[in-house]
Amino acid sequence: MEFVYEVEGGNFTKAGNASSAVKKTMKQLNVDPKIVKRTVVALYEAEVNIVAHAYGGVITVNVNAEHIHIVLDDNGPGIPDIDLAMQEGFSTASSKVREMGFGAGMGLPNIKKNVDELKVSSEVDKGTRVEMKTYLKNQ
Amino acid sequence: MSKQQIYHALKIDKDICYGCTHCMNVCPTDAIRINDGIARILKKRCIDCGECLKVCPVDAIYVEQDDLDNIFDYEYRVALVPAVFTGQFPTSITEEEVFSMMKELGFTHVFQAEFMVDMLNELIDDQMEMNEDKPLISTFCPSVVRLIQVKFPSLIDNIASVKPPVDASAAFYRKLLQNQGVPDKQIGIFYVTPCAAKIAAVKGIDDEYAAINGVINMMYLYNKLYTKIKNNKDSERELPVLPHLSSKSIQWSITRGEADNMKGRCLAVDEIHNVIEFLERLENDEIPKVDYLELRACDQGCAGGVLLHGNRFLTVDRMKRRAKQLESETGDINWKEHKEIIEDKDLFISKVNPLPAMSLDQDFAEALKKMERIRNLMCYLPGIDCGACGSPSCQALAEDIVQRKANLSNCVFLQRMMEKSKKLSSEHAIRIIERTWGKDRLDKDCKKIGAKNEGM
Repeated sequence: MEFVYEVEGGNFTKAGNASSAVKKTMKQLNVDPKIVKRTVVALYEAEVNIVAHAYGGVITVNVNAEHIHIVLDDNGPGIPDIDLAMQEGFSTASSKVREMGFGAGMGLPNIKKNVDELKVSSEVDKGTRVEMKTYLKNQ
Repeated sequence: MSKQQIYHALKIDKDICYGCTHCMNVCPTDAIRINDGIARILKKRCIDCGECLKVCPVDAIYVEQDDLDNIFDYEYRVALVPAVFTGQFPTSITEEEVFSMMKELGFTHVFQAEFMVDMLNELIDDQMEMNEDKPLISTFCPSVVRLIQVKFPSLIDNIASVKPPVDASAAFYRKLLQNQGVPDKQIGIFYVTPCAAKIAAVKGIDDEYAAINGVINMMYLYNKLYTKIKNNKDSERELPVLPHLSSKSIQWSITRGEADNMKGRCLAVDEIHNVIEFLERLENDEIPKVDYLELRACDQGCAGGVLLHGNRFLTVDRMKRRAKQLESETGDINWKEHKEIIEDKDLFISKVNPLPAMSLDQDFAEALKKMERIRNLMCYLPGIDCGACGSPSCQALAEDIVQRKANLSNCVFLQRMMEKSKKLSSEHAIRIIERTWGKDRLDKDCKKIGAKNEGM
């Protein structure tokens, strides 16, 4: 089953809407609360990344009996050095964003910690694609 | 495996309820449906917050409570009274006077529900330091605990393990009497409750250490006592000697009562819809580091309890003034010397289990199928959330349909479409409406609320 959410760049008021919707869905599907929590924490982080860095994006969520697969595509500046962005504490966020409590440089590392598989690809000046997968059965 | 029975204190009087949908629309967990013209509570989802009772225009929703006569099953009849009860009386009437009059109603002992607050405060502070699951969530409000069990099971581990003051104070007083040689069987401790949730919590408890025997409706008791006060003002009474509570204890049950006294960064959120919004955010990890959360289902904390008489803001004001009076008073009897009679089981709750009630099916594959059907149904439903189908929203109706509890033709708008395409006759449509809203519902009746002969 597929769910699609649009994300508006720069609108922090709405950041989290997609995460909340996905959370509600997972609860209705009777997914283990611990997996729900991990997935939603990762998704929220990624959603805020789009809001903070990109002009906009689309989140596509696929759920089946085996796993939940989330793809976040954005139009934005892209990430020149993905390995660097994966390091804890690295951040390019503006001071305005930091003042709001975001941009501590924990984004991608925190996502990685909370999902089973993470794939990040990016093209500078075009956008970034973050793919994450979490298995729903306890392994 | 035995099925877990959940006790609820909120009941609907079928003779009074006329299916007006007010309660269905305010229920924070979508736990109410209308069928045959009467509201029905879904037990798995109800958290006993009392929002439905507050909004009911005809008082059709009531709380199941213990009869005051039940206290006479015991030789030692203890009333456990929270500060909000005294907070309803003018400050010119002292706590001792209120309590002495309660004895005339048949209680042999009266004790304060917040007696243990200072000790519990220290325990929570300790726990906050040790606990890794931050923030720690208060156990004070039973409705919030139930809410987390039902709707936010992933936050279960954040719930503190320190008992609410009422339960700890009851355990303390029971021990005190036992130490004076009173057999346990003869002790009946009755909590005077400001809310339905505490009744549900006490009645539903399977804890063998439950120290409370029964619950008395605060509104009922207030009316009885106030009549007494009005009618025999001058009679001399022997005033009971009570421990002087700290001003902190008096204010514990009102909003910020806990948060203002804990170490670390504490937040207080009151009113059930606010609490839900906050917990949603907490679950997403959107909340920056907070050490302790005081969450209360009622606006203004217990002063906003459904069983309180009068205005909650005035009650808060009176409680604050009472607390101020106490600050200058000394002469505390050293009740704390009895500290050693307290055991861990009197102070800590047993583990809280999740009781998730929002899932579509126990089986994941089945739930997935149902969700697909719901999404398909939502393409047809009008999205007006009018409630005329007897479910609180189009989404809820779609869920009820896949759970085989309702039909698509319950929707009044789809009925029109079906009539237009001749799939449904007008007679049949009326029968469907009568099934939801009761027979003769659409007949003229001038005794309805707001109609010209209302109340006649």
